[in-house]
Amino acid sequence: MALTLADVDHVATLARLGLTDAERERMRDQLSVILDHIGELAELDTDSIPPTASVTNMTNVWRDDTVQPSFTTDQVFQNAPRVAEGCFVVRTPLGGEGDEA
Amino acid sequence: MTLAATELEFRTVIGLEVHAQVLTQSKMFCSCSAEYASAPPNTHVCQVCMGLPGALPVINRSAIESVIRTGLALGCTIPPYCKLDRKNYFYPDLPKGYQVSQYDLPLCVDGQLTFTSEGVEKTAGITRVHIEEDTGRLLHRDEGGASVSLVDLNRSGVPLMEIVGEPDLTSPVEARDYLIALRQILRYIGASTGNMEEGAFRCDANISTRTADGSIVGEKVEIKNMNSFRAVERALIYEEERQRKLLAAGESIPQETRGWVDARGVTVSQRTKESAHDYRYFPEPDLPPLTIEASFVDSVQAALPELPAARKARFIESFGLGASDAELLTLERETADYFEVAVGSTTDRARQISNWLLNDVFGLQRERGLPFDAFPIEAQQLNQIVELVEAGDLTGSGAKSLLAGIEPGENARAVAERLNLLAVGDSDVIRAAALETLTANPAAVADYKGGKKAAIGRLMGDTIRATGGRGRPDTVRAILEELLSE
Repeated sequence: MALTLADVDHVATLARLGLTDAERERMRDQLSVILDHIGELAELDTDSIPPTASVTNMTNVWRDDTVQPSFTTDQVFQNAPRVAEGCFVVRTPLGGEGDEA
Repeated sequence: MTLAATELEFRTVIGLEVHAQVLTQSKMFCSCSAEYASAPPNTHVCQVCMGLPGALPVINRSAIESVIRTGLALGCTIPPYCKLDRKNYFYPDLPKGYQVSQYDLPLCVDGQLTFTSEGVEKTAGITRVHIEEDTGRLLHRDEGGASVSLVDLNRSGVPLMEIVGEPDLTSPVEARDYLIALRQILRYIGASTGNMEEGAFRCDANISTRTADGSIVGEKVEIKNMNSFRAVERALIYEEERQRKLLAAGESIPQETRGWVDARGVTVSQRTKESAHDYRYFPEPDLPPLTIEASFVDSVQAALPELPAARKARFIESFGLGASDAELLTLERETADYFEVAVGSTTDRARQISNWLLNDVFGLQRERGLPFDAFPIEAQQLNQIVELVEAGDLTGSGAKSLLAGIEPGENARAVAERLNLLAVGDSDVIRAAALETLTANPAAVADYKGGKKAAIGRLMGDTIRATGGRGRPDTVRAILEELLSE
């Protein structure tokens, strides 16, 4: 399935990626090949197989509502590029002033 | 073509989406504490709720149970099979890059909420109730002109349920009353605190306007950022008016998201995050689906407490209470429980207990700055005090003093004796006080003797005061009448 450059741009926007023109072409080709590969699954006859959202054959893997210790402050921030006021510091996203629910 | 707004008959269509935090000890998919409001930032976090690679979530069974309980309280069907899905978007408060939610197979479907609005009973459909996880919180800071955000992940992964209502509401007042009733039910069944100020109960509204004859139909507008019942009502009143004016002026209403600005009392168009609706849902591979057995649903149903509307009706029916008193007594489950313990087996005392509770016990509760579920006296003590009043052993003012002076575990009569509050029925004591009062109030005596029998009220008040508030009213009246007829 051949993707258009518009498809690539849309996916890039969702992934917050800025691509050069050469990268857009390369991604179009690579993503098209990946989709073709996945598309081969469509050749299988799955009429007799019930749809499933999971392949583990497990259900109801859950736990009791009890509190266990959380990370220490050192553990929390060991990979953080910047920390202030006990928080991770990031650049404010464009157009972002409020929380998303 | 421009028409004056008054020439068109408009209809408003409102549907509400509520996000309520599910009341649990731990988070939705990990064992970190779900308490985020009071904890220092990033102290209740781990690999799962920080979204570190390779961390595996495990479902909190209690949260699932609470959502099912909510669904049952709203008359929903609980499908036997459901799954969780990933909703993908990038934002710094969402460390995994996706929110675990439910897409096409939610926990609860097809319910309804019955509520009272302006004295009329209404029913609105509930489309679905599903489970998801909350995001972290961002604090915005200005750093020498550059805007940065501080990320606190304590709230990340706290269980949240989304309750999606059908567009069955026809006015801003109805929307407010629907929310009040929904919040009351969530609190009754212990599924959520419903605390709007703390963000534990949030509402988005979809509102559209059309003409009664269907000739003009406006697009649906989503309103966000309403942080109180009052804000929801005000925002919808504003938006209803705005949309009507646009349609009346022959303009169209674009489908958009608008934010309520409480301080200014207006809604403003929000720049939507680009492609925000391209969430690319897919089944969450880290979480096996859920099979909800009928026996599980039955056990949750059996444990469901009596809901507010039913309880109010029973209070009116069984205790002979007025509708507004029954309403006040059932607003909170804790109040209704307290009232029922106070009444106990003495059903004939219920009305008096209701009066004393709503007026004096609540008054004392407010005076002492107690929360709604902390009562200044024990329920049994309230019953004992009302019993003393009914027996004539305690005057109204004596009962008020007793209410304020009684300590936990004490017997009302014993305290009344110790504090010297028991009513005085001794005619000599009352006669002396009555004579004193009559001498001091010649005008009232003259009024009474001149035919204004109501003047006895003032004389009774003064006489009772002269007995230190303890003179039995019936005895006082009898003695005054006797003296006045001489």
